[in-house]
Amino acid sequence: MRTLGRLRRLKTTLVPEFHSCCKLQAPNTAGKQLPRIYVTRRIPPDGMKILSQSGLCNIEQWDSDEPVPRSELLEKVAGIRGLYCLLTEKIDAEVLDAAGPSLQVVSTMSVGYDHVSLEELKKRGIRLGYTPDVLTEAVAELTVALLLATSRRLLEAVDEAKNGGWGTWKPLWMCGYGLTDSTVGILGLGRIGAAVMARLKPFGVKRFLYADTGPRPDMATKIPAEFVPLEELARHSDFIVVCCALTPETQGICGNRLFSLMKDTAIFINTSRGGVVNQEDLYQALVNGQIAAAGLDVTEPEPLPTDHPLLKLKNCVILPHIASATVATRNAMAALAASNLLAGLQGKAMGKEVPL
Amino acid sequence: EARFEQAESDARAQKVFQASSVCSIQQWDSDEPIPRSELLAGVAGKHGLLCLLSERIDKEVLDAAGSNLKIISTLSVGVDHLALEEIKKRGIRVGYTPDILTDATAELSVALLLAACRRLPESAEAVKNGGWTTWKPLWMCGYGLSDSTVGIIGLGRIGQAVARRLKPFGVKKFLYTGSRPKPESAVEFQADFVPLTKLAEESDFVVVTCSLTPDTKGMCDKDFFSRMKKTSVLINTSRGAVVNQEDLYQALVSGQIAAAGLDVTTPEPLPTDHPLLSLKNCVILPHIGSATYATRSAMSVLAANNLLAGLKGESMPNELQL
Repeated sequence: MRTLGRLRRLKTTLVPEFHSCCKLQAPNTAGKQLPRIYVTRRIPPDGMKILSQSGLCNIEQWDSDEPVPRSELLEKVAGIRGLYCLLTEKIDAEVLDAAGPSLQVVSTMSVGYDHVSLEELKKRGIRLGYTPDVLTEAVAELTVALLLATSRRLLEAVDEAKNGGWGTWKPLWMCGYGLTDSTVGILGLGRIGAAVMARLKPFGVKRFLYADTGPRPDMATKIPAEFVPLEELARHSDFIVVCCALTPETQGICGNRLFSLMKDTAIFINTSRGGVVNQEDLYQALVNGQIAAAGLDVTEPEPLPTDHPLLKLKNCVILPHIASATVATRNAMAALAASNLLAGLQGKAMGKEVPL
Repeated sequence: EARFEQAESDARAQKVFQASSVCSIQQWDSDEPIPRSELLAGVAGKHGLLCLLSERIDKEVLDAAGSNLKIISTLSVGVDHLALEEIKKRGIRVGYTPDILTDATAELSVALLLAACRRLPESAEAVKNGGWTTWKPLWMCGYGLSDSTVGIIGLGRIGQAVARRLKPFGVKKFLYTGSRPKPESAVEFQADFVPLTKLAEESDFVVVTCSLTPDTKGMCDKDFFSRMKKTSVLINTSRGAVVNQEDLYQALVSGQIAAAGLDVTTPEPLPTDHPLLSLKNCVILPHIGSATYATRSAMSVLAANNLLAGLKGESMPNELQL
């Protein structure tokens, strides 16, 4: 009991001395040396609970809603065994060097891992956990929400209702493009792409096409979809939905060539990563009427500067990367990332691990 | 002789009339609605009337038209702007445009539901005004459809089409209410027929797709909202008058419900200083339910064909049973 009191007083003395955002979890009362982990942000409660109640690690955390400054990150990772990060942290050679040889697991609270250098991790034998599946439904849902908001001109219409542009009912005012009898092309038929397809089906889509590194018969099971070259996807689709990972192969793949092949009534939707799209080419395609409209949940950079030309276009809807943003999903992601990290610390199999 | 009143001409519908050579056409050829006095003067002696939902076709109009009038064709599926009793009394037939707008309207209803529950207008605004700083775990979180209960008020054509579209989003349970159970429509969704009060209490999403009648007028009121969950979302794409707007405003500001999406209001347009327009958790659209190029074109052609059939005393593609 006396030890506990002493430890509490120690914490009360020490904590204010640290940077106001840095939080320490006191080691257990037996004073065992547990492996140290660093958490790069304030994370949802379901994740925090798993880490703090595990008794498996000492936790240091950037306990803020804002991203951890780079200098702070480099300082705090020194000597840690596990790193819990978000997609806002670039996990490259610099960070891994700063951590040193003790680091054995990185766990990202995201399904994308383009912010992590797989090569550097592999070189050092560090494992990587991530959060697929638990966010598939929320992301597919938001992707469809964005598609509909774009094709049915919702944000334009909301503005008209607010600014006096709404007169009486008129047959041809604010008309958009419907999904009925349309052809939808998915770029990247992974978990999210397949889930988007399932949600679009009852809207009367006539035909599903997809482009990918190769055929995906495992994904195109319940709903028939044709595997086609990217050029054909561009030519025939009324709606193109980008759901692929960002890799060197997909970087800038949606550019001038793709847009020039698309129908001028077509709608382009990207909820994957900003880097897949050449934004200057997209801007030109939209102002020149090469395509009808675009909806983006991801941009380059994030956040997009408020004076960016794309933000001036009525036929371009931009959302602030909220595809997985439901309380349930974010908590599930946090919990999975926490479990992945703990499994990595113990040398056990992770729930979801990126094969390196 | 027939009169064709339309606030905006549609090329395909015009072709239908020109090709028919069944009637001569007088038209209010403007994007703006026809003034009442014009309408009353213009209908005199006409055999047919093609109107929009913005024209109130009541006793005054019917009297002004006189005994030649035998067919009224409306460019809408809603008929609450028509005095059906008066029309029936005079033996006038009514054509309308169901079915052909079901897909577009159901699609827009789902679009509105998703925009409201996933906070699209609010977050798009943050992108423009500097509110978007970085990816944050709990910023701009909304409510998802996964494992939810959806309550449909009015499981008609549009209500069913909405349910069909919501199903693959992971909805756990569908409830519905209305004047009577519709087991043949409900079976596809395993939807349970429940009283209005139970629907309010148990639904995470309430979708209003019923017609406006004396029974449904003001149905979504203070009592209704008081029973709804604090995390629930109300969507109305039927007619404005089904919802008590003052009560809805109170429910939204007091946190009685989480959010609302309306494609229809009272009046239309809603005045720009209306309190509902000031709420972040209320998404208001300017009655664009059926607004796709394909649908509006098809509605125009159908309304024209309904009118011509009525003039010729033939059976209409879509006649309203009076």
